[in-house]
Amino acid sequence: MAGILTYALHDGEGNFNQNSLGAVSEAAKLVGDIGGEAAALVVGDVDDAQAASLGAHGAAKVYRAKGVEEGLAQPIVDAMAKVISENDISYALFGGGLLGFEIGAGLTARLGAGVTMEVTAVKADGDKLVAERPVLQDSAIVDVGYVSEPGVIIGRLNAFDANDGGGGDAEVVDIEVELSDFSTKAKMVTRGESGDEGGVDIADADVLVGSGRGFGGEENLSVARDLASALGGEVAATRAIVDAGWIPYATQIGQTGKTVAPKLYLAAGVSGAIQHKVGMQNSENIVAINKDQNAPIFEYCDLGIVGDLHKIMPKLTEAIKAKKGG
Amino acid sequence: MKICCLVKEVPDAAVQKRIDPDTKRLDRSGERNLNPFDTHGIEAAMQIREGGAAEVEEIVAVTMGPDTAARALHKAVALGADRSVHLSDDALSGSDVCATGYALAKVLESESPDLVLLGQQSDDGECYTIGAVVADHLKMPSLTQVIKMDVTDGKLRCERQAEYGYDTVEIELPAVISVGDAINEPRYPSLKAIMGAKKKPLDTKATGDVGIEGDRVGESGSQTAVLAINPPPEKEAGEIIEDEDTNETVEKIVAWLDERKLI
Repeated sequence: MAGILTYALHDGEGNFNQNSLGAVSEAAKLVGDIGGEAAALVVGDVDDAQAASLGAHGAAKVYRAKGVEEGLAQPIVDAMAKVISENDISYALFGGGLLGFEIGAGLTARLGAGVTMEVTAVKADGDKLVAERPVLQDSAIVDVGYVSEPGVIIGRLNAFDANDGGGGDAEVVDIEVELSDFSTKAKMVTRGESGDEGGVDIADADVLVGSGRGFGGEENLSVARDLASALGGEVAATRAIVDAGWIPYATQIGQTGKTVAPKLYLAAGVSGAIQHKVGMQNSENIVAINKDQNAPIFEYCDLGIVGDLHKIMPKLTEAIKAKKGG
Repeated sequence: MKICCLVKEVPDAAVQKRIDPDTKRLDRSGERNLNPFDTHGIEAAMQIREGGAAEVEEIVAVTMGPDTAARALHKAVALGADRSVHLSDDALSGSDVCATGYALAKVLESESPDLVLLGQQSDDGECYTIGAVVADHLKMPSLTQVIKMDVTDGKLRCERQAEYGYDTVEIELPAVISVGDAINEPRYPSLKAIMGAKKKPLDTKATGDVGIEGDRVGESGSQTAVLAINPPPEKEAGEIIEDEDTNETVEKIVAWLDERKLI
């Protein structure tokens, strides 16, 4: 067995996900150590040029299953299991994101393969791979090895950087996949669209006021908007308040949202769980206001205030306005 | 319709968790609780039953774990499950995700559910994978992190957030669904339900009872091995202010921001 297969997620029109490109580049780097080929699998509507363009990020070969729809995991498990088995591939590698988790988990069952998730780094040990995985709210990092091949490695969001190493085009190989019966029993009615239309792009903001459930209700978010506006920034959100319908999806940070690295990230009422942390931990300055002194965000902020955001934020807004005015 | 809810016993959130350096496993001693994410799965089952969109004959809580895990089942029953099944066997100790998913699938298979519900993640392992592993073994369609679910004409209409926003997906039963915590607000069990929980039927099963092959579970049946445990890279601790006098706190924040030219 040899080589690594990655899955390159796209938006339905062949524009690839940044975390997937990271996985492609990571695979290319790792096969330099363990041997074999870095290959990628794409499904659905991806044209020749788009598929071949994965070569620039390090893929030597791209398997394209045009007959498999993008967006739901199980048909893609069928496709990946087929490619891995027929080509004797040693590892499946996924960039951070929801679909990678689902597909990787399905492959684990299908191939009887070991799996490691939330992986932040992968290293070679001879011709084997070892995955580094933070556990217990990142208080320890375990090295996980694989007893057998194939093995499944699911990255944490932004764990792997995409390179544009100037590699040439990848070889594109079209494959036919016979779907499992149960893989056809879930049907996409409508697939999400990025939802950036008409909104602000929080990824470009220098200052973000991250808002979480601690606000207590949609009606209180004006406090965050006022502070953001005083600081010349925008409001960003946790998944919890997006799911609750307080604020649009386009403002969401983390696992299935955006990744940001502003000069200042001021998090209020945000506990700072891993899913949020992975989307904002590279911010230059992190300030946290939370009434729970055990909130995980206090472990990695630069300035933490244990207190009631409803009391602190309006006064902070006024003070910043006064400072700017004076 | 028969619904199985997968539940897990996890260390209480307030307990300092650690890894046992000898076994390289999570130290599971100390206070334990029902995984809070799984309570949303039980609540979702109860809402299907009470909403009347489908006739729910039975809600069965299912877990795998040592003897103490029965307490998680008592809580699940107090929240509304009719009975529970506890897969407990020394042979399962040290199972990784691959082995655990296989074992859970075997015990679920013996119950033939129309719907399997579980929380999107466990509070301790921080992994989101078990639902999809179980589904593939059971050859059932599956979706994870679902935040809205309606039963119509024997099908599920689910919403969940993926990389490009909210997807709407229609799924035929039987199916395995992991739910996100936004799907509902779990109820508190009544005192009567808590008192009555231990009287509800609880079946304890060993691996042999549900046809689990011994060489596919436990540490020896696992496909991953923890090779080492290392501390994370050192990070300088941030400054922490307890807000006692808010005016003073605000002054400190403004000074801190000003020093870094952030205003």
